[in-house]
Amino acid sequence: MNTSKQLEVQIKDMVLKNPVMTASGTFGYGYDFEDFINLDSLGGIVVKATTIKERMGNPYPRMAETPSGMLNTVGLQNKGVDYFCDNIYQKIKDKNTNVVVNVSGSTLEEYVEVASKINTLENIPAIELNVSCPNVKEGGMAFGTNKDMTFKVVSAVRKAYDKTLIVKLSPNVTNIVEIAKAAEDAGADSLSMINTLLGMAVDSEKRQPLLSTITGGLSGAAVKPVALRCVWQVAKQTKLPIIGIGGIMNAQDAIEFILVGATAIEVGTANFINPSITEEIVKGMEDYLQRHNIKHISEIRGVI
Amino acid sequence: MKYCKDFIVVKNETITPTLYILRLQYPETLPEIKPGQFVEILVEGEKDVFLRRPISIHDVDKENNQIALLVQVVGKGTSQLSKLKEGDKLNLIFPLGNGFTVMGKRVLLVGGGCGAAPLLYLLRVLKQQNIKSDILIGCKDINHLFSKKEYQELSNLHVTTEDGSFGEKGFVTAHPILNEDFDVIYCCGPTPMMKAISQYAKQRNIPCYVSLEHKMACGIGVCLCCVAETNQGNKRTCVTGPIFLTSDLKDF
Ligand SMILES: Cc1cc2nc3c(=O)[nH]c(=O)nc-3n(C[C@H](O)[C@H](O)[C@H](O)COP(=O)(O)OP(=O)(O)OC[C@H]3O[C@@H](n4cnc5c(N)ncnc54)[C@H](O)[C@@H]3O)c2cc1C
Ligand code: FES
Repeated sequence: MNTSKQLEVQIKDMVLKNPVMTASGTFGYGYDFEDFINLDSLGGIVVKATTIKERMGNPYPRMAETPSGMLNTVGLQNKGVDYFCDNIYQKIKDKNTNVVVNVSGSTLEEYVEVASKINTLENIPAIELNVSCPNVKEGGMAFGTNKDMTFKVVSAVRKAYDKTLIVKLSPNVTNIVEIAKAAEDAGADSLSMINTLLGMAVDSEKRQPLLSTITGGLSGAAVKPVALRCVWQVAKQTKLPIIGIGGIMNAQDAIEFILVGATAIEVGTANFINPSITEEIVKGMEDYLQRHNIKHISEIRGVI
Repeated sequence: MKYCKDFIVVKNETITPTLYILRLQYPETLPEIKPGQFVEILVEGEKDVFLRRPISIHDVDKENNQIALLVQVVGKGTSQLSKLKEGDKLNLIFPLGNGFTVMGKRVLLVGGGCGAAPLLYLLRVLKQQNIKSDILIGCKDINHLFSKKEYQELSNLHVTTEDGSFGEKGFVTAHPILNEDFDVIYCCGPTPMMKAISQYAKQRNIPCYVSLEHKMACGIGVCLCCVAETNQGNKRTCVTGPIFLTSDLKDF
């Protein structure tokens, strides 16, 4: 592994040895991937969405493949924040990478409560506030698609959480810059984008929707152009470091996000297709810098 | 331990125009594989296939480090797999899932159509452990009966065909072998068949294992797309399954 720090980046107080992170819900709690990669080689991992109470998630079927992508409607299935703190945290706290917890809720109070509990965990340097999940009836995306609601929930969590606060934005809005600014004004340290795009899939033979909840979140290569556009627009108009997410399948894709202004990136659906893709992306980014004679990744950040 | 490695196609045998057996060579020593486990295949050369495809392990030849997969063509991914030729590379994540719990003194295996895929390797393991078995296969006609010779070598084969071209005419649920006594039933096939056999097992108080083919995105337990409703809540078919005891399943 490269030790020259040419890929090292910083998101507020969180130092990443490289910009490559994993997207929540596509990487479990990290240890599921240890057969394939060395977690320590990654900039960070974002673990599954965590809510105050255990959630069963949505009924099966939860997935439909679509051109160059997939729809999911998992619905935040998880065992709740206390289970995370008491059981899972022990297993991941000593990894030599940044373990970020994705925090979700149905009400403002729930977000605050989960964030406060995670705040006590020494080895969790940051949370990613999920105000953009499209697959739950209450909360989730409802917070992230309205600028006043975004401001309220981010302000409240800010008071309860003193480490790095990342807010994950939804692309399912008319004006993403407006929401990004609301999060910035409320005290967010960083913005990650995009969460999945609301979509649906139909079985014409059976004349039925393919997902149990009819609509779901689109991810995979298909969403990259939308994600690049969102990152580019927001990078131009806020000062916060951005984590680019959406359809990153290889190192070129990752570099594209840096060029439009992202400081780091998260790899999501690609982990399903190639479980060692994250390590390959780190290597590919190193090669890119070498090939173009670039001393540090920040030299090309936001040049477009 | 799970692996993500390239296999080489040694043989692609056509059973019917929509049913193939792929024999694959592993370049190293095969790790321990349990009957009922599956692989996730990277389908290349078909731009409309985005995710890997889950396929059961049909057979394992430990001595030669080969595995066999039974592929039924139902769409673009499986159609691409049916075109593979000797020497082609195939990237697999394996072995995945829990596999069958091997137990009992005399057991019955029931398979329907291509769903019967995992039963051949199960028979091999049962034989190694000196467990007496009967296998009942239901299929459309004699042409759709695969791995017949192997079944006969390893077990007592009973067959039902829809047209009566081999064995008894009709469905597996009417076969007389079901009147005998068994300690366990292992059943793989279309869902209505698995439900019927599970019902029969329940009446006779016999534990019944089935293999669920739920839609999967990752196959390695991280996406939570493949869940089955169990008495203990939603469980991942790719980790807690694909083999479930029917008394644990809400739908059975
Ligand atoms: C654990 C497990 C083991 C399996 N073992 C085998 C096996 O040994 N041999 C075999 O041939 N198939 C097996 N399958 C089913 C196989 O994965 C699907 O048939 C395959 O993914 C379809 O891909 P496709 O691109 O050809 O079809 P697509 O073009 O994606 O879809 C075509 C049609 O197939 C249906 N389909 C898609 N995925 C599945 C699925 N997972 N189960 C049932 N129908 C599906 C779709 O609804 C659609 O109607 C298994 C599935 C699982 C989950
Ligand atoms: S397919 Fe992803 S968890 Fe089972």
